Amino acid sequence: LSKPTDLVQGTLDLLILKVIALEPAHGWSIAHRIRQMSGEVLQVGQGALYPALHKLEQNGWIASEWAISENNRRAKYYTLTKSGRKALDAEAAGWERLSAAISTIVRAM
Amino acid sequence: MRWRDIFRLRLRSLLRRPAVEQELDEELRYHLDREADENIARGMSPNEGRLAALRTIDGLEQRKEECRDMRGVNVIECCIGDLRFALRQIRKSPGFTATALTMLALGIGASVTIFAFVDAALLKPLPYRDSSRLMRVFETYQHGSRNGLSYLNYVDFEKQNQAFRSMGAFTFTTFRLSSTEGAEAASGFRVSDGFFRTLGVAPALGRDFYDGEDLPGQPRTVLLSYAAWQRRYGGNPGIVGQTVTLNGNANTIVGVLPKQFYFGASNAEFWMALHAGGGCEDRRNCHNMQVVGRLKDGVSRDAALANLAVVEQQLGTQYPATNRGWSSALNPLSETLVEDVRPVLLMLLGCAALLLIIASVNVASLLLVRAGGRKREMAVRTALGASRGRIMGQFVTEGVVLVATGSALGLALASWTMQFLLRTIPAGMIEFMPFLSGLGVNWRVLGFVAIIALLAVVQFAVVPALRLNRAGLAEGSRRSSGNAWRRLGSKMVVAELATAVVLLVGAALLGKSLYRLLQVDLGFQPEHLVTLQMAAPRSYANQDKSIALEQDILNRLEALPGTTSAGIASDLPVLNDWSGGTNIRLLGRPWNGEHNPTVEREVSSSYFTTLGARLRRGRYFTHAEDVLKPAVVVVNEAFAGKYYPGEDPVGKRISYDVGRPLSPVEIIGVVENIKEGKADSLDQATMYVPFVHYAGTYFSLIVRTPIAAQPMVGAMTAAIHQINPEIATKDGGSMVGLISTSGSGYQHRATAWMVGAFAALALLMAVAGLYGVVAYSVSQRTREIGVRLALGATPGTVSGLVLREAGSLALVGIAIGLLGAVGAVSFMRGLLFGVSPWDAPTLVAVSIVLAGSALVASFVPARRAASVNPAEALRAE
Repeated sequence: LSKPTDLVQGTLDLLILKVIALEPAHGWSIAHRIRQMSGEVLQVGQGALYPALHKLEQNGWIASEWAISENNRRAKYYTLTKSGRKALDAEAAGWERLSAAISTIVRAM
Repeated sequence: MRWRDIFRLRLRSLLRRPAVEQELDEELRYHLDREADENIARGMSPNEGRLAALRTIDGLEQRKEECRDMRGVNVIECCIGDLRFALRQIRKSPGFTATALTMLALGIGASVTIFAFVDAALLKPLPYRDSSRLMRVFETYQHGSRNGLSYLNYVDFEKQNQAFRSMGAFTFTTFRLSSTEGAEAASGFRVSDGFFRTLGVAPALGRDFYDGEDLPGQPRTVLLSYAAWQRRYGGNPGIVGQTVTLNGNANTIVGVLPKQFYFGASNAEFWMALHAGGGCEDRRNCHNMQVVGRLKDGVSRDAALANLAVVEQQLGTQYPATNRGWSSALNPLSETLVEDVRPVLLMLLGCAALLLIIASVNVASLLLVRAGGRKREMAVRTALGASRGRIMGQFVTEGVVLVATGSALGLALASWTMQFLLRTIPAGMIEFMPFLSGLGVNWRVLGFVAIIALLAVVQFAVVPALRLNRAGLAEGSRRSSGNAWRRLGSKMVVAELATAVVLLVGAALLGKSLYRLLQVDLGFQPEHLVTLQMAAPRSYANQDKSIALEQDILNRLEALPGTTSAGIASDLPVLNDWSGGTNIRLLGRPWNGEHNPTVEREVSSSYFTTLGARLRRGRYFTHAEDVLKPAVVVVNEAFAGKYYPGEDPVGKRISYDVGRPLSPVEIIGVVENIKEGKADSLDQATMYVPFVHYAGTYFSLIVRTPIAAQPMVGAMTAAIHQINPEIATKDGGSMVGLISTSGSGYQHRATAWMVGAFAALALLMAVAGLYGVVAYSVSQRTREIGVRLALGATPGTVSGLVLREAGSLALVGIAIGLLGAVGAVSFMRGLLFGVSPWDAPTLVAVSIVLAGSALVASFVPARRAASVNPAEALRAE
């Protein structure tokens, strides 16, 4: 299992925001989707996921509501808020810059 | 999402904790279930699937905790945790807690009690409109002591001055209140028409006096105090218009004063329109009116005084015989109401502050010692990841808990003590402290407690925390830096001892003053004297009837079983001021218009023998002189020394009362000075006139008897009511009792006891503090002592070591304290009697007491040090 610290600092927030931006989701499906979308490369440690969700909610970037899930049980769904959308754009831009910079260095070698 | 929503979210996390917790639980459980389902779908057994899911989440409770952390709930939970921990710590060491709380409660309780009195007397606004503009007006003769105004002077002052918007006159009176059961004495004032308007007080019911209502010939009217309305008339709303018989006259009740109103005496029930005239009030040299004035806007006290000087000047030229040499004096009303208690209260507040300092220093040093003992705990907590802030927070929390509990206890103690002290003030004294009706816990008192508590928290929490910080948390792992604590503790003990010395010196000086006061030669033997005051109806004012009444009373009192002798006087010794004076002229000497003010007392022939006075020369009055009207007087030694120095006054002739035609009077005897004023006052020239010349209806009765006071007073009252039930009596009691509960006697006794109590507490606390520091020092030095003993030191040298340490602390403390005391007691010079503030025997005695106590306190730890077992001490950590 990859530990959350294996992810570059702050990237988990970005991934969560991105996944939720596509469609509202509950915790389990967020983890599931990150794994699927990354082609099974990124394993989000569930231990890190929920604290991150709660922190994002406290920041006001995502909001939560209870709804019935695909397996007919109550689940807590997270949606992106307006300020969350802005935060996502900023984080994504930051990530682009960072990964581009790292790639440049890596290729040069 | 806006900040408002965020705030709501946080608030929800905090306040709706069960709901939030349940949601968190459900959310995580959902996740686990989905994970387990997935695992089962992959072919695991249900149990295996469940366990695998749990493993991926890596500790359910830890995750929950992280989520709570993220929600920001933990900051507050931390505080609650700290609080619980603090409470547990405090419970765990009941000895420390009880000691600290006792000291805090005593220190805070004492200062809050005194502050409440100060608040009631000095801070609480007076119940008058714009009271800072109110002035008491006095007249002084040749700038001597302050007197009231004569009524005629008051009238001229009111008419001629330009500085005051209005003036009011008042004079305290004991009324004879008649009812169906006979007469009783009731207190009150006779006041001029504008008195209440000057104060800015309007009646709660009915009306104020109208202009001119106080003049003779007007219908007699009276206002009731709120208390009298409630007590005597059951708060009857229809009271206005009813009549009440005072001094034999029917008075119409025109109104009731407001509940919060007080003035002069708290037991004043009837406020009668003045109706000046008769006797004293027809004479310009009889200063029986007290006057209060309201300054015009923009007029200063000095300007008003200058204006009154002009008026005095005019009166002096107009009436030289009575007004020459007199001038005016002004004092703010707020000052004159409390001038007797102000210095006492301020001194007590100072003492309470010193006690509080000792208490808080003691608690602080206890905390320091404890913090020293907890260095390892702190080091462990730091090693386990507690931040410096968390550890400081812990100290602050413990300080807050301690101080909050201590303050609450102190406040409870204070409100109990206030009521207790109020009950100990004798009725005769409390009457003249009406401001004490406002005594109690109000917002000013609570504010005072809050300030003290805040300072205490800063001291108790921040100081140890900072010290701990400076000393460093890491090095505390083995031996703590006991030396640093010991040094700081020593400084604190020196401060405590010095403070205790100051308080002890103050208490000792006040105690000595009281002793000196009790030793004062009153000029008579007060033991076994029973006195009673009485007021006869005006119908006895006629001289023949007055003489008959006097004889009747004396005969009946002498006939009472148990009476050794009985006397009558116009005023009682010690219980009055040297008031009631007249001016005399020495016949056969050149006279240049000087006034020669002399105290005058009318007494029966048996007065001197009943009192047990001592005759110096000549003779007393004879029984025949009670009835005849001889022109003779007896004078005291102060009179003889003042007017006939080096001469025998017996046989000399004087005339008295300049207003009357000259009538020569012969001096027949000289008596040793009898204190006709307060016990701590200086003797004044006094002359005694046969009672037959007295035309008043107020008599003071004195009986010498071996019988206890209360039954005797009952018998005397019954005897007088047999003559006429319309005679009112009051203030019966033993002379000794009355002296000790009134005026200077009470004041000296009360202050000596209060300061004595403070000093005793201070001594106890300081000695406890010394014991604590020495004992701590011994416990820190157990190893060192073990080494010394192992190397051959005797137990005697070891205990000597400890005693020397304690002794040097005590000596330094005493030395500093003596210096401080010499400075501090000069402020209380005015409260001392017959003893100088730098009384050497007192200072020596206090030093000995404190040194002795210090020796006792350090004896126990010294013994313990001497009995240390070297082998054990060295093995022990």
